[in-house]
Amino acid sequence: MIRKIALTAAATLALTGAAMAAGEGGHVHDVDFSFEGPFGRYDQMQLQRGLQVYTEICAACHGLQYVPLRTLSDEGGPAMPEDQIRAYSSQFEIFDAELDDFRPRVPTDHFPANDAVGAPDLSLMAKARAGFHGPYGTGLSQLFNGMGGAEYIASLLTGYTGKEKEEAGSIFYENTAFPGGWISMAPPLYGEDVEYADGHSNSLHHEAEDVAAFLMWTAEPKMMARKQAGFVGVVFLTILTVLLYATNKRLWKPVKKAAKES
Amino acid sequence: MAGIPHDHYEPKTGAEKWVNNRLGIIGLVYDTLMIPTPKNLNWMWIWGIVLAFCLGLQIVTGIILVMHYTPHVDLAFASIEHIMRNVNGGHFLRYLHMNGASLFFLAVYLHIFRGLYYGSYKTPREITWIIGILIYVLMMGTAFMGYVLPWGQMSFWGATVITGLFGAIPFIGEPIQTWLLGGPAVDNATLNRFFSLHYLLPFIIAGLTIVHIWAFHTTGNNNPTGVDVRRESKEIAKKDTLPFWPYFVIKDFFALALILVVFFAVVGFMPNYLGHPDNYIEANPLATPAHIVPEWYFLPFYAILRAFTADVWIVMFTNWITFGIVDAKFFGVIAMFGAIIVWALVPWLDTSSVRSGRYRPTFKWWFAIYCVDFVVLTWVGAMPAEGIYPYIALAGATYWFAFFLVILPLLGVLEKPAPQPETIEADFNAHYGKPSGDAAATPAE
Repeated sequence: MIRKIALTAAATLALTGAAMAAGEGGHVHDVDFSFEGPFGRYDQMQLQRGLQVYTEICAACHGLQYVPLRTLSDEGGPAMPEDQIRAYSSQFEIFDAELDDFRPRVPTDHFPANDAVGAPDLSLMAKARAGFHGPYGTGLSQLFNGMGGAEYIASLLTGYTGKEKEEAGSIFYENTAFPGGWISMAPPLYGEDVEYADGHSNSLHHEAEDVAAFLMWTAEPKMMARKQAGFVGVVFLTILTVLLYATNKRLWKPVKKAAKES
Repeated sequence: MAGIPHDHYEPKTGAEKWVNNRLGIIGLVYDTLMIPTPKNLNWMWIWGIVLAFCLGLQIVTGIILVMHYTPHVDLAFASIEHIMRNVNGGHFLRYLHMNGASLFFLAVYLHIFRGLYYGSYKTPREITWIIGILIYVLMMGTAFMGYVLPWGQMSFWGATVITGLFGAIPFIGEPIQTWLLGGPAVDNATLNRFFSLHYLLPFIIAGLTIVHIWAFHTTGNNNPTGVDVRRESKEIAKKDTLPFWPYFVIKDFFALALILVVFFAVVGFMPNYLGHPDNYIEANPLATPAHIVPEWYFLPFYAILRAFTADVWIVMFTNWITFGIVDAKFFGVIAMFGAIIVWALVPWLDTSSVRSGRYRPTFKWWFAIYCVDFVVLTWVGAMPAEGIYPYIALAGATYWFAFFLVILPLLGVLEKPAPQPETIEADFNAHYGKPSGDAAATPAE
């Protein structure tokens, strides 16, 4: 816990510095997420683990201002029980203009915004970044697996080399995934930062992938509904196409036959 | 409708007569649907239906999106997230609308290039063609303004760059830019007027589409041979044509359904593939994105805009001869709009009396290069303006203008055309008369 507070303080200090001017993209490695591809689904347990990492680590500096807390119970998301969400929500306060006072949040409120140290909001981060362009820079992975913002996040969280530099009073940390190579965010995860309730491994890689998956869900909460609707659309339109093909074939048959006999 | 002789509507029942004596609407619909259509149309003639579908799709999804969208700089981005998270089916509607624009442009480019290859712009179809180019320009405006509405980073900076083009006009540019933006920079006034126009222009496009269809229903459709339908009598015209309903409606619907399978796969499985990640960051006037890239369908023209830099001799010469009034920036703007203007003027730039590219052996090659040129410009438009890319863009832009201003006028004089079939019927019979001639089921041509 003490290390968490120390980390938070370090990150807070670091983030007061201006972000580096973005240069060319860094190295993003391929992660085999469960939600990739036309039939990919979110892993409910992974999203819940990611929420835990987010809450205990990321939320110190970042916010999720566009995400309603109630959506944590949505099918195709973390699907948490409602009483749990009510308890989770109440740990954040919100100013209520009607009460003219602060009150605990309820599920119909959003996650708190947090720009106290200038850290970007994470609601849409997984869609606001592109990921693995491979193989061999062809972009084929993006065609089938999605744009890869979650891969970028996972790569960033595991991409610290340990080097630091000071520039104009701010500390920058070398990161292989960050465009430009130097990021003002201190390494937020080292591994074993959180204790998972489901006993899942809490190594750095697992934590990074879990929170990246969670942030993909916050960015695209309706992904599973979308893929299902797309699939139904494709199936029905394929049937329609076959029927129209047969209709067209039959309609033109006498015309083509007449042409043949001419 | 004038043109090809065919059976006109005769009201039969009492109710039909009652309506017909008061409003000729049934007859109008009947004659429009039953128009004699050359029976040799190939699979490149299906894009009209796809385009009509796209316009309908964009208007219907757009009207619903507007019910939940808020055109204000502080609320627009959040209202999009409201649509994506809270509105029933909102996420799918928005992705349909987003990707619908891409399908719309894909179809319009194939439609335009079909017209260019088969000489659909040639007399007597010049008005159809020019209305078409006008529709395309309005589509560009509509798509551009629509892209601004989510108020992401690319929305904001795209709007800044594109309205900046008008600022490049000498003397009056800056007042024009201020007038367009409603202020000194892209701000709430800009967002509001873009929203208003984004809602208005599709209906103007719909009106022009009716005129477009009206125009080619006057002249009759072009066809892959470019040979006219024989019009001596109804019986002879029938040898060359079939009624639009049901023959071409069913054929077009089959093609449309097949295209929609792919479209729904894109919307369902990879809806952000054609977009830009930066547009999921809320607009920030203080942070410029590393690369400002327009949507893919603007890239050829964006490449032409950027191709003419200050170190190109023609730009330097123009700058000198105009006493510095036309600088590189303005030259680029002229080139970009010029690239569309040569499209509009092609009925008069092409001097060949042969309509269809099928019977123009030399033209075929230059046209193929022009198609490659279009793809190359699309690709290079997305690349940063450094290294070899500006040279590729310059070569591509030069060929664009050379094709329309030099090659097409000269070819008409120099080229020896191949023999054309006597009639559409002869072409159709030659195609299907062969024992194995059953190619209509596969998208040939």
